[in-house]
Amino acid sequence: MLAMNYRGPYRVRAQQKPQPKIEHPNDAIIRVTRACICGSDLHLYHGLVPDLRVGHTFGHEFTGIVEEVGPSVTKLKKGDHVLVPFNVFCGSCFFCQKELYGNCHSVNPQATALGGAYGYSHTAGGYDGGQAQFVRVPLADVGPYVIPSDISLDDAVLLTDVFPTGYQAAEMAEIKEGDTVVVFGAGPVGIMAAKCAWLMGAGRVIVVDHVEYRLEFVQRFAQCEIVNFREVDDVATHLKRMTDGLGPDSCIDAVGAEAEGSALHKITGVKLLMQAGAATAVQWAINSVRKGGVISIVGVYGPTFNFVPLGNALNKGLTLRMNQASVKRHLPRLIEHIQAGRVKPSEIITHRVPLEEVADAYHIFDNKLDNCIKTVLIPPAVVH
Amino acid sequence: MNTERIRTATVSESAQRNDQTAPTTLAYREGQPLYAGRTDPRTINGWGADLDRSRRPAYPKEHTPPRLEVPWNEPEPQLQNIEVLTSVEHVQRPPVFGTVQPPSGLSGVLRRAAFGWAEADIRHWLVLILADRINVVEGVIEDLARGHVPNVFAEMGWKAKYKYNKRGFFTKIAVMSAVAGLGVYLLTRDRSED
Repeated sequence: MLAMNYRGPYRVRAQQKPQPKIEHPNDAIIRVTRACICGSDLHLYHGLVPDLRVGHTFGHEFTGIVEEVGPSVTKLKKGDHVLVPFNVFCGSCFFCQKELYGNCHSVNPQATALGGAYGYSHTAGGYDGGQAQFVRVPLADVGPYVIPSDISLDDAVLLTDVFPTGYQAAEMAEIKEGDTVVVFGAGPVGIMAAKCAWLMGAGRVIVVDHVEYRLEFVQRFAQCEIVNFREVDDVATHLKRMTDGLGPDSCIDAVGAEAEGSALHKITGVKLLMQAGAATAVQWAINSVRKGGVISIVGVYGPTFNFVPLGNALNKGLTLRMNQASVKRHLPRLIEHIQAGRVKPSEIITHRVPLEEVADAYHIFDNKLDNCIKTVLIPPAVVH
Repeated sequence: MNTERIRTATVSESAQRNDQTAPTTLAYREGQPLYAGRTDPRTINGWGADLDRSRRPAYPKEHTPPRLEVPWNEPEPQLQNIEVLTSVEHVQRPPVFGTVQPPSGLSGVLRRAAFGWAEADIRHWLVLILADRINVVEGVIEDLARGHVPNVFAEMGWKAKYKYNKRGFFTKIAVMSAVAGLGVYLLTRDRSED
């Protein structure tokens, strides 16, 4: 089968590799119909995630048709069209019993801090991802979700990560009616977080980024205010001036480890690996949010440590919340939002690229060329 | 850019009915935005649909009992046919795991060594990153051994760079040519001096 193949930092290609097989009685083999490139894939692409082995296939956002199921699978059958949450999870461990599916303890031998995820290195369990024609989906009775007939494939593929992660970011921000919410990052997750903040009753939503076309997009898509941090002297001071000197009620970090905006963080976190990524957005969030406010982090960071102003967080009495999204628990409600016409996630898709051109797709997404916001890879033999 | 100061307002009556009485840095009053150009939230399709926290699927953070129907108490253990490295912080190996790209070569030796340290020990991660870099070289050797010369420019998406960022493309070509030229010059000069 054809699959995306990691060869080293900034080097990927589409290459033939053996088709995955059933390896556990509750496995399914899925024929992929859509696979997105996620912003967090870029951390892999840049070689920043430890235990990323050459030959790995990325892709944790995908839909597909069930091709084959293992002998113990009862809830899926061949031909079902499913969306697959990015979490690999068992549904029964200590953490899954609390619906913390992103923190499953049964699917990742290589690490205890992380659950399992498709195509996200061996630090996330060593599962190949969905940027391929076929993918192995373990524990098929709990993960995949049959796509309702009135949900388009493009909306469905964004239900595997982007929409739930953006929604959970807003949920973790503990938004009350009328709250002012600041979202750092106008990438796909930040865009969805801004949109979801309104669903939870925000009174004001402000998105901070430096990429002008993305700010223009989120302003239209999420009807929010925008701040280009390159145009202000100090982000925290600016946000306080916008909020009567108090600071926003909550801040969301939808940026993660490769943030722009601070040379110190960029050099120490990305170039020299002295910290687990550039924690610029977290620093801005802590320094911007009002006393007693809430910070919600969904941006991805590495496993070691980061330079963040914990003293300020303590003195301001902040609540810091963060997690990988528990996608499966969000799906019914988010599907209702799509069906009710409140959110149309597929509107963020700007590029559809054949899987064969995966190297170009990564380069375009990584370098924000051609006004790219969200890229969908289409495997061969799939009708667009 | 809106840099004007706004007044602090209190929450609306409906929010008070929801027992969310803390003052906020509120941006609007009932039906009238405080400043022109700012969105009146209630004009937004779906505004407040999940204001009631009971409608938020991730609330509370730990939801018990779980609402997902799971057909096992714990998953059946997967048969292990390849080498799977396991964190020393696990009491026992998890029952389900990925089976792709098992450790091999020099990078594999380093990965095995890295898993001698706990995840809380930075040596674990630094050695894994070193193994990753060595693995890249092993990947090139593997390609060449199969008679495949990797097209690094294609793998780095230079076709897209040329199409959408010609300036960056030619700048990079120029810089690479200059560096290569300088290298050739220095090597040549050294030889002539000898």
